[in-house]
Amino acid sequence: MSQQAINFTLNGVPTRVSVPVDMSALEMIRNVAGLTGTKYGCGEGECGACTILLDGVSLNSCLLFAVECDGRQLTTIEGLASDPLGLRIEKAFVEAGAVQCGFCTPGMVVQAKQLLEQNPHPTREEIQRGIEGNLCRCTGYVKIIDAIEAATKDLPPAPLPGEGGNGRSLRSGTNKE
Amino acid sequence: MPETIQRDSLIGKRITKLDAPEKASGKTRYIQDLDVQGQLYGKILRSSRVHAKIKRIDTSKAKALPGVHAVITAADVPYQRPIGVAKDHFPLKTDRVRSTRDEIAAVAAESEAIAEAALKLIEVEYEDLPILADPYDSLKPGAPLIHPEPHGASAKHDHLKQAQGIAYLGKPDNVAMTFDYAQGDVAAGERESDVVFEDTFTLHYVTHCCMGVSGIIAEFDSSGNLLLYSNTQVPFLHKREFAEILSMDPARIRIIQPPIGGGFGSKLDIYPFEPICVYLAKATGRPVKLVFTREEEFLASPTRQPVILTLRSGCKKDGTLTFRTVNTLHDNGAYTSWGATTPFVMMQTISSLYRVPHCLYHTKAVYTNNPYAGSFRGYGNLQATFAVEQHMDMMAEAIGMDPLDFRMKNAQDPGEVTPQGMHFKSCGLKECLTTAAEMSGYREKFKINLANRDKPGHIKRGIGMASMLHVGGGAKIYPSDGCGTILKMDDFGSVTLITGASEIGQGSETVLAQLVCEELGLPLSAVRVVNNDTEITPWDVGVHASRTTFIAGNSAIGAAKKARSKILAAAATQAGLNADDLDLRGSHIVEAKSGTVVMSLSKLLRQLHFNDKAELVMTSFYYEPPSRHQDKHFKGDVSAAYAWATQVVEVEVDTDTGIVKMLKVTGAHDVGRVLNRLGIEGQIEGGIVMGQGYALTEELMVENGIVRNPGFRDYKLVTAPEIPEMDVRFIETMDGEGPQGAKGVGEAPAICIAAATANAIHNATGVRIMALPFTPEKVYRALHAAKKEAA
Repeated sequence: MSQQAINFTLNGVPTRVSVPVDMSALEMIRNVAGLTGTKYGCGEGECGACTILLDGVSLNSCLLFAVECDGRQLTTIEGLASDPLGLRIEKAFVEAGAVQCGFCTPGMVVQAKQLLEQNPHPTREEIQRGIEGNLCRCTGYVKIIDAIEAATKDLPPAPLPGEGGNGRSLRSGTNKE
Repeated sequence: MPETIQRDSLIGKRITKLDAPEKASGKTRYIQDLDVQGQLYGKILRSSRVHAKIKRIDTSKAKALPGVHAVITAADVPYQRPIGVAKDHFPLKTDRVRSTRDEIAAVAAESEAIAEAALKLIEVEYEDLPILADPYDSLKPGAPLIHPEPHGASAKHDHLKQAQGIAYLGKPDNVAMTFDYAQGDVAAGERESDVVFEDTFTLHYVTHCCMGVSGIIAEFDSSGNLLLYSNTQVPFLHKREFAEILSMDPARIRIIQPPIGGGFGSKLDIYPFEPICVYLAKATGRPVKLVFTREEEFLASPTRQPVILTLRSGCKKDGTLTFRTVNTLHDNGAYTSWGATTPFVMMQTISSLYRVPHCLYHTKAVYTNNPYAGSFRGYGNLQATFAVEQHMDMMAEAIGMDPLDFRMKNAQDPGEVTPQGMHFKSCGLKECLTTAAEMSGYREKFKINLANRDKPGHIKRGIGMASMLHVGGGAKIYPSDGCGTILKMDDFGSVTLITGASEIGQGSETVLAQLVCEELGLPLSAVRVVNNDTEITPWDVGVHASRTTFIAGNSAIGAAKKARSKILAAAATQAGLNADDLDLRGSHIVEAKSGTVVMSLSKLLRQLHFNDKAELVMTSFYYEPPSRHQDKHFKGDVSAAYAWATQVVEVEVDTDTGIVKMLKVTGAHDVGRVLNRLGIEGQIEGGIVMGQGYALTEELMVENGIVRNPGFRDYKLVTAPEIPEMDVRFIETMDGEGPQGAKGVGEAPAICIAAATANAIHNATGVRIMALPFTPEKVYRALHAAKKEAA
C-alpha cells in the first residue's frame, strides 16, 4: 500500500508521520503515534470508544482515514490532560463512579468535552442524547450522566475558551453520524 | 500529632475506585495496548462452512508470503489436547468443522496486515455435512452425529486416549450433558392442586459484548517457561488447565492479567484462540499477540445459554404452591462450555426461590452446529426466573390473589432449609418484596393499569414484579472456593494488599482495600493492591458467582486482623497499656475509649522494622465454613450466604407498533450490608440495563448455524437515552458470615428484569409473551394474535 506523509497537530504537538493511505486515524494514533488511550471497540463507528476531536469536533477515529488528518488539529484523551475542562470531566467521572471496566471511558470523556463545549449546561436528557453514540456495557450509563452533569457545575454559561470551543453554535447532540 | 481521634467508619460510604483516575485519563493499558518487544501478530482462519469434513488444507502460499513466520494447522501440533468443559474439541480442528467459528489454521506474522493477507492465501477444501440447527432435530433418531467416533485425531494419537475426552472417543448421540433433580412427589403435589399451568418459555442467544475485545500474548523464555498476558477471570484454574492442555508443568506457567475491558462471565473458560496463540509462540520462538476484531468477538466468544424451558406448576386456592416440574432443552452448540452447566443454578430457583414441596427437574444439553454458550452474569438464573416468575403471576391471577400477596405467602424466611438443602441463614426476600412494592406503588398501579387495559388509546401502561435468589457467599463448585491474601506493611504505615481476587471493573480491589483500612484505621491512600500475577498472588478460584466481596473480602479481613493484633500488642508493650484498650484510627494508635493518641503508626512500624524483626507480612486464606458440597443428586448447601432481590418494572406498550418502553425499574436488594455505596449502585444500575437489553433489544440472530448480526450495528445494545428511571433500595440483613455483614451482588440486578418486564407487558395488555426478546415485531404479532382470538 502506498504511503503518504502528513503533518498535523496532535494534542498541541506538531507531528509528521508517513502512513499507508488506507490506514485509519485510530490505527495511526495507536500504532504510529503510540497513544493507546483511544480504544478500538468495533471499527465501524458504532461504539464510540475511539472518539477523538478533529479541529475540536468529536468523531469516531476508526471511520477517519489517517491521511485526512493532514493540516488538522487532533485531540485525544491524552491531550485532555492539559485542558481544564477535560480534567474537570475526568475528575467528575472518578468521583461519580462512572468508571467500571473503563474501556469506554476515554471515548466518553472526549465526547463529554465536546458536548459541554457546545452546551455548558445541558439537561440530563441532552446529556443522554449527547453520549448516545458511545456504548458502555458496565455502568448502565447512570453514573456517566451524573458525572457529566457534575462537571458542568461552576461552568460559565457561555462556551469555554479553548481549542475548538470558540464561536461554535450551541447544539445538543453530537457531530457523529 | 492530633490529641484525640474518634472512630470513623468507611463502611457504607461512597468510595471512588482506586483504578478510576488511570482509566478516566486513558492511561490504563489493556491487553490491546500492551506490546512485547519482538512480538509477532497472530490471526486465526475460521471455517467458512457450518458443518463439513476438512478434505484438504494447503498453507504453502501463505507460508511463502514475506513477513510470515509460521502457519499452523492441527497437523503441525500433534501434541494438542482437547479443551472445554467436556474436553470435546481441539483448538485447531482436525478432520471436521462443526460451526462457522471453528479454527482451521493460524498465522504468526510481522504485522496484523501481513497475518490477515496470509489467511486469505490458505486453501481449504470442504465436504459439507448436514446441518443441525435445531436441538429438537439433534435428538431425532438417526440424526447426524456432531461428535461421531472415532475422530481423525484419535486414530493418530492413540496414546492420548487416556484423556477420555469426547474429542478422542466421540459420542454415540448428540446429548452433551443431562441434569436430573427430584424432591418430594410431584404427582402427589399435582393431586393437591386447584390450579395447574404448563407452558413453554423460549430464551434466546445473547452475548457479553465486553467493550474490550478478547486478546492474549504468549511468550516462552529460554528455559521453556510460558508467560501469558491474559484477560482470564480465573487465573489459577487456567494455569492448571493450560498445563493440562499443553502437557506442561503448571509451575512453568505464569499468568499476568492486564486490566480487563469487561468480563461478565465470558472469561471463565479457555477458548481455542488462547492455546493457538501459545502454539504460534512455540512454533516461532517469538512472543505472539493475538487480539480479536469485533466481528470475531461476536462469532467466537461465548453466548448466554439459549434454553427451551417447559414449566408445569400448581397451587391451591389459598395460594400455597404445590409442585413444579421442569424440562429444559439447552442448545449446547457444537462444543461444551459452562453454558451447559447452568442447570446447577436454574434448579435452585425452581426449588428454592419460594417454598415448593415437590419438584422434578430435567435438562438435556444437546449438540447442534450453532455457537456454543458459556457462562454469563446470572448463570441460567435469568432463564429460570423468566419462567418461574411468569407462572407466579399467572397462578395468582387464576386464584384471584394479588401477585404480591401470593409471593409473600410462599416466600422464604431466614433460617429456612429448603428440600434441596439450601440453608438461608440471612434472607430478606419478604422485605425485598414489600419494599419494592411500596416504593413503586405496585398494588395501586397494577389495579389502575388493569382498569385501563380495555379503555381507548394505543399507549398502555404496565407494572410487573419478579424476585430472585442467587448465591451470595461463594459457590461450592470446585474442590476449593477459597481465596488467599498476603498483607505487607512497610515502615511508613502503608499497606500492600496482595490478593488472589481478580478485578474486572466491578470494583473488588477498592472494596478489599476498604475492608483492610477499616481494620487498620488507615486512609485508602495508604493501600496498594496487587492482584494480577499468578507468580505473586496467592491462590483464588476466580472472579465469578458474585463471590469476590464475600470470599476475598473475608480473606483480606483475616490478614488485616492479624496485622492489627500484632501492631496493637507491640504498641501496648511500648506504652505500658493493655492491647484490648487500644484501637487503630487515622494512622495512629489510640486509646479506644477516649480516642487519646498514644503514638503514630508509622513511628511504631519503623521501630518494629528496625529493632524487632517484626515480620510484618501477614497471610490468610479464607474458605467458607465447612459445609456439605451438593451430593450427586444436587442436594446440599452451595453457598455460605444467599442474595435476594425484588425488582418492579414499569413499561409503556404502544399497541399500534409493539414498541415497549421501559419507564422505571424499582429494586430492593438484600445485599447483607452495603460496603461501598458508589460501587454497589454502579453494579445494580449496570445490571438493570444489561437485563433491559436481554428483555427488549439484544439478540444474536443465528440462522442455520450462521450468525447474521456480528456487529453493534445490528446487535442492539441499550444506549444512554433508552435507560429507565431507577430507584434502588438496599435491604441490610447483616449476614453473620459476610465480611462486615455483606453478601455478593454482582449478578443479582440482571436476573429479574426480563421476567418482571413480561409481567408488566401482561399487566398493560393482557397478553403474555413467553419468548424473548420483546421486540416490537414480536409484541405486535402477539397483540394481534390475541385480538384475532378474541374476535
